[in-house]
Amino acid sequence: MSLNAVELMGDVSPAPRKNILDVQGLKTYYKTRLKENVYAVDGVSFALEEGKTLGIAGESGCGKSTLALSLMGFYFPPLNFGSGSININGIDIMKLNKEQLRKQILGKEIAYIPQAAMNALNPTLKIIRFIEDMMKEHRPDLTKKQVWDIAAERFKTLNLSPDVLQSYPNELSGGMKQRTVIAISTILNPKILVADEPTSALDVTSQKTVIKLLKELLDKKFIKSLVFITHELPLLYHVTDDIMVMYAGEIVERGSAHQMIFDSLHPYTKKLMGSIIVPEEGMKENRLTAIPGTPPNLKNVPSGCRFADRCSYAQEECKQGDIPNRYVGDRVYRCIFDPDTLKEWYKNEER
Amino acid sequence: MKNADVLLSGTNVVKEFGYGKKKMTAVNNVNFAFHEGEIISIVGESGSGKTTLAKILMGLLKETSGDIQYKGMPRQFRSHKDRKKYWKDIQAIFQDPFSSFNLFHKVDKLLLDCIELQGLKLTKEEQFIKMKEACAFVNLKFEELFNKYPFELSGGQMQRLMIARIFMLHPKILIADEPTSMIDACSRSTILDMLLKLRNENNMTIIFITHDVGLAYYISDTLCIMEKGKIVESGPAEEIIINPKHRYTQQLISDVPKIHEEWNLA
Repeated sequence: MSLNAVELMGDVSPAPRKNILDVQGLKTYYKTRLKENVYAVDGVSFALEEGKTLGIAGESGCGKSTLALSLMGFYFPPLNFGSGSININGIDIMKLNKEQLRKQILGKEIAYIPQAAMNALNPTLKIIRFIEDMMKEHRPDLTKKQVWDIAAERFKTLNLSPDVLQSYPNELSGGMKQRTVIAISTILNPKILVADEPTSALDVTSQKTVIKLLKELLDKKFIKSLVFITHELPLLYHVTDDIMVMYAGEIVERGSAHQMIFDSLHPYTKKLMGSIIVPEEGMKENRLTAIPGTPPNLKNVPSGCRFADRCSYAQEECKQGDIPNRYVGDRVYRCIFDPDTLKEWYKNEER
Repeated sequence: MKNADVLLSGTNVVKEFGYGKKKMTAVNNVNFAFHEGEIISIVGESGSGKTTLAKILMGLLKETSGDIQYKGMPRQFRSHKDRKKYWKDIQAIFQDPFSSFNLFHKVDKLLLDCIELQGLKLTKEEQFIKMKEACAFVNLKFEELFNKYPFELSGGQMQRLMIARIFMLHPKILIADEPTSMIDACSRSTILDMLLKLRNENNMTIIFITHDVGLAYYISDTLCIMEKGKIVESGPAEEIIINPKHRYTQQLISDVPKIHEEWNLA
């Protein structure tokens, strides 16, 4: 039966998807020199289904990168684990010790591309050496020749020239380096790839090539799920299924990409969408809206809603007590007002 | 814009690096005319020569050949004095706010230097009022910045402080070399609005260098698209974005993700 025939029959219901990543009540903090604990990720819970992609957006300093780092289960001082659980593919990684984590989880189950990944390549080593190093730990049975074959094969399928393997990092351009780093870190076929701002140091043309590579990895099933962190909302709209917005260490809203861009509920998300710049007709006329003020200092967070000080709709009761999560269909947001009230306000403002 | 005076113009500007076989042309026969109070964006991918052109305009690099005219007169640097005089009229904001500051000086020193550069003799109180005014222009509170070192500020705050500096010096021309590429989308809109405000209130000519056509379209009156050292298309921003003629311009526009159209990744 051809693929088209299966689609036409239409009765092929997808198997129930399982959560490949499940984070519950995660709290991680930085210990300062004055022995204060600054919670950069404060009670974050979310789940990611197998085969789905999730985008994390927010201002600088809202904890997106700390969350990504925390997901790896690898804590270096001053970052410390507070409480909560992280389940990757059914394994609670916080119960593992460092050695187990490094051998079983990192690179195999979850891979991480840090923000300045392209500067992470040692300039004195050829690209193939990075792959050999990785294989030495995870596949000690392979010979150098076999490692070369695997690497060359993978590079070829990803439309990268195998010649890259023989070159030094400084011979490659920025976009090429970034793609090489992504190809190296996914060579063990991790289930989840966490990409922290992989394109923010690149120009738009190289950005597109990197995005293409990530899409290819997903299409060819080298990785199953993707967590993509960036502040470029139009990019998230095209790359990910869901978008999650963080503010001051908390998740304030989560929904599908389309809902978040065109029909956001939380006042912060709404304001964030006002900063989108795209080369489309009519962009010049609608002026950007900047959010007044700065995010709260995480050393002493205000009670109640953390966005209340900068929110134009804030009222007295916003600043007291815990703000509960509201569930509307498959979306979640953290605000005391119901969707109808919020939408009414947004409509009035547009007038 | 056409009825305003031409402030800075260039004919057949060429810049070459290296010699012999390794010679490479970074800016290749470029002609331009920037008017007073105009915002011009120079757009191109990395390595297209846009920063080299900006450095030539700033007088940091000497052009290999071609003429640059400033206020209708040929721009000539016979001595360092000439150059210093020119720099009173032209100022720049750079990409990386974190390396634009002297780490050992407090931020108020930066603003005090601006007052000193203008040769003003002011009392302590007058200085304070001036600095406060400049900070208020960029939506910063001077009381919060006073006595702080640059590392205590965020990237967006630093870049805004750079603009406060420009506000105090009020040059004729401002060259902004990718001022928003290192800061997040939210502070980016603030910075862009500050630049527009500078133009509207002080009639400053702003040369904005970027790789993102979206930003360029939002902020500028005129676009210059650069490819491999050549300006391949230039004209009013509206016209170029809605009806791009050159193949390279079309490619640049298609590279930027949009929200009302599909993004062709093929």
